[in-house]
Amino acid sequence: MKKIALTLAAIGLATAAQAQTYPQRPITMIVPFAAGGPTDVIARIVGDHMSRTLGQQIVIENVAGAGGTTGITRAAQAQADGYTIMMGHMGTHGAAPALYPNLKYDPTKDFAPIGLAAGTPIVIVAKKDFPANDLKGFVDYMKTNGEKVNMAHAGVGSVSHMTGIFFNAVVKTKPTMVAYRGTGPALNDLMANTVDYMTDQIVNVAPQIQGGNIKAFAIATAERSPALPNLPTTKEAGLDGFEVSAWNAVFAPKGTSPEIAKKLSDALVKALDDESTRKRLLDLGGVIPSGAERSPEALQKLVESEVARWTPVLKAAGATAE
Amino acid sequence: MGDFFSNLSLGFGVALSLQNLGLAFLGCLVGTLIGVLPGVGPIATIAMLLPITFGLDPVGALIMLAGIYYGAQYGGSTTAILVNIPGEATSVVTALDGHQMARQGRAGVALGIAAIGSFFAGTVATLVIAALGAPLTKLALIFGPAEYFSLMVMGLVFAVVLARGSILKAIAMILVGVLLSTVGTDLETGQERMTFGLSFLSDGIDFAVLAMGIFGIAEVMRNLDNTEARDIVHKAIGRLLPNKEDFKQSYASVIRGTVIGSILGILPGNGAVLGPFASYTVEKKLAKDPRRFGRGAIEGVAGPESANNAGAQTSFIPLLTLGIPPNAVMALMVGAMTIHGIVPGPQVMTRNPNLFWGMIASMWVGNLMLLVINLPMVGMWVRLLKVPYRLMFPAILMFCAIGIYSINSLPTDVMFIALFGLVGYLLIKLGFEPAPMLLGFVLGKLMEENLRRALIISRGSLATFIERPVSAGLLAVALVLLVLALLPSIRKGRDEVFTE
Repeated sequence: MKKIALTLAAIGLATAAQAQTYPQRPITMIVPFAAGGPTDVIARIVGDHMSRTLGQQIVIENVAGAGGTTGITRAAQAQADGYTIMMGHMGTHGAAPALYPNLKYDPTKDFAPIGLAAGTPIVIVAKKDFPANDLKGFVDYMKTNGEKVNMAHAGVGSVSHMTGIFFNAVVKTKPTMVAYRGTGPALNDLMANTVDYMTDQIVNVAPQIQGGNIKAFAIATAERSPALPNLPTTKEAGLDGFEVSAWNAVFAPKGTSPEIAKKLSDALVKALDDESTRKRLLDLGGVIPSGAERSPEALQKLVESEVARWTPVLKAAGATAE
Repeated sequence: MGDFFSNLSLGFGVALSLQNLGLAFLGCLVGTLIGVLPGVGPIATIAMLLPITFGLDPVGALIMLAGIYYGAQYGGSTTAILVNIPGEATSVVTALDGHQMARQGRAGVALGIAAIGSFFAGTVATLVIAALGAPLTKLALIFGPAEYFSLMVMGLVFAVVLARGSILKAIAMILVGVLLSTVGTDLETGQERMTFGLSFLSDGIDFAVLAMGIFGIAEVMRNLDNTEARDIVHKAIGRLLPNKEDFKQSYASVIRGTVIGSILGILPGNGAVLGPFASYTVEKKLAKDPRRFGRGAIEGVAGPESANNAGAQTSFIPLLTLGIPPNAVMALMVGAMTIHGIVPGPQVMTRNPNLFWGMIASMWVGNLMLLVINLPMVGMWVRLLKVPYRLMFPAILMFCAIGIYSINSLPTDVMFIALFGLVGYLLIKLGFEPAPMLLGFVLGKLMEENLRRALIISRGSLATFIERPVSAGLLAVALVLLVLALLPSIRKGRDEVFTE
């Protein structure tokens, strides 16, 4: 018994020492999506500043697949020594349990939350020729003609897929869903008037809205975005219950020592306060979390509420990926 | 027209600054290097180098990243010709005749014509982008799911012509390729297909894994049991550069390849991969003696290489004018632009004219640099063939393993190239050609997705493929090609084309 206690104490001391000198080598941040997408860009911008604070390079490793769950599964099973962390998002840590019944991790239990990084608001967009000019007209049209309408999305489990299902549930409409491999091809067909509407992250659609290639009805946040100041929020446009933004957050595997987690979370907060990092994120149309939202505890609460929010919506729509 | 020249001079003003020249050179050099190394592709490299570009201004950063991309296209041909490993879908065709030329001691000529053809194509494509970039954007919008499906049908007809041996075996290989492409998560429903519950199969088989195994590893195995191949290496290497006769034989192919590649490069959803295949088909059909193809015909290298490079460049058009990436590398460029605070879209041309025109001008500068880098080095690359196989093979295997791991960081991918290598070796032994299978694999996925998309949008009506004029036209061409191939009166001629 004494032996065990001693061993435990020794391990405790060792980890404490480890935490004090952390980080001594480069840290790997797993991004569960292909390089170049919104989550990847946010990870690289935030990771760049965190590297400077921590004095060690944060290396981004893109492990794409299965709506991001491949990368997160790998990161969740990595050693909890602070040298493998990950950028999770609304899909991997909110919708995944509903979409993937055989998911090998539990978003609410298997991670040490570090903090919220940045979110990108969702915008409701439609083809240029759509027979409605504001959100109210669009919702009315959808209620009567839903079945004739084609909704595009970037593949099962993508942000546009999930938020599209959510929107349809709020409006109580059942359009035909057309899947694309990524946002690019979906937007291409939206601009060509081949499909009718989609819901997607502002960074993906803002240029086409500004260029007059597609029309936008509303932004699904509480406040308007400086990137599209003329676009009303869903609430302003008269639609309640559709507020959603694709959040991205840093997690470490469960069991990461609190000291290491604190160092990481402090570095993240510092990055979010940095002027040039903020500017880069804002240029993307990103929403930067404020004071209270940045703590690990707030992130844990967010994950729990997101799982609770997405599970019934996706289950009702019969959306599973296995 | 005045605008055209003032725009171009603005572009060259940007591209010819000392810093940007240096970055373009660096990008081309890195690109060539990773292109030559089997398996290390431009996607992994650009992703790794992204953070390094943070300190640069956006124009310089993008010039360098673009240099890596088309540099890799050049370098990829070198590996395809010398060791028969196509690193990317676009260099599969180059391996067919290019490697045969190398085995006949004409490696230098093959590399030379590839470089010269690419340079010509690059120059033309640069002008096309500068002059017609904006109007050509509409072409991308004409191609909806129905048109795309019909284009893929036409592509599969090309695949039949690719084959060297029996037509039946070629069709069998195409179908195997199409079947392999259906492995993975179904796009529309999210159901897993043919994955046997294995999680690493849930995203399907990676093209690079299949190509590297079937071509690269299998080639190594074949050479190991084939002492005859070894002698070729010790043969005199011969001329390093094409002579007058070679040029005469291939200049028309270069021009045709450039036109085909430029057009297909603009299409969304990776239309550029079709370019080299289409060009090869056209050359084989037009040739007086099609039997030379697959045995080291210089047109079979010149045409597809030009198409490849032209397509690589015109695929920037949807990115620069619409902000819509047509393939994975371009998606990465979107990421690079956004990281640098430039949101790609229709406004880039007016809001950041120095970026837009600077990049276009730098493409031509980069192509010139690649020619300068590559032509004097042809001798050096060819000397690589003299490296004893006992040293070369382990090196190839090692680079393949590292390269494939760097794409998705998946150990299973490394095991898969070994498996596909074994399969490829068996196929070669049994007289099956791997190239049609790869084309079937590439086209299969696009074809299925677009077929279903088109049918979903038309609510199940097959008429959509005939009602839309572009789609109907493409199907008609495919039909004509097929009828020509099957018509009994010319059957004899066709047999000469396909069987030896």
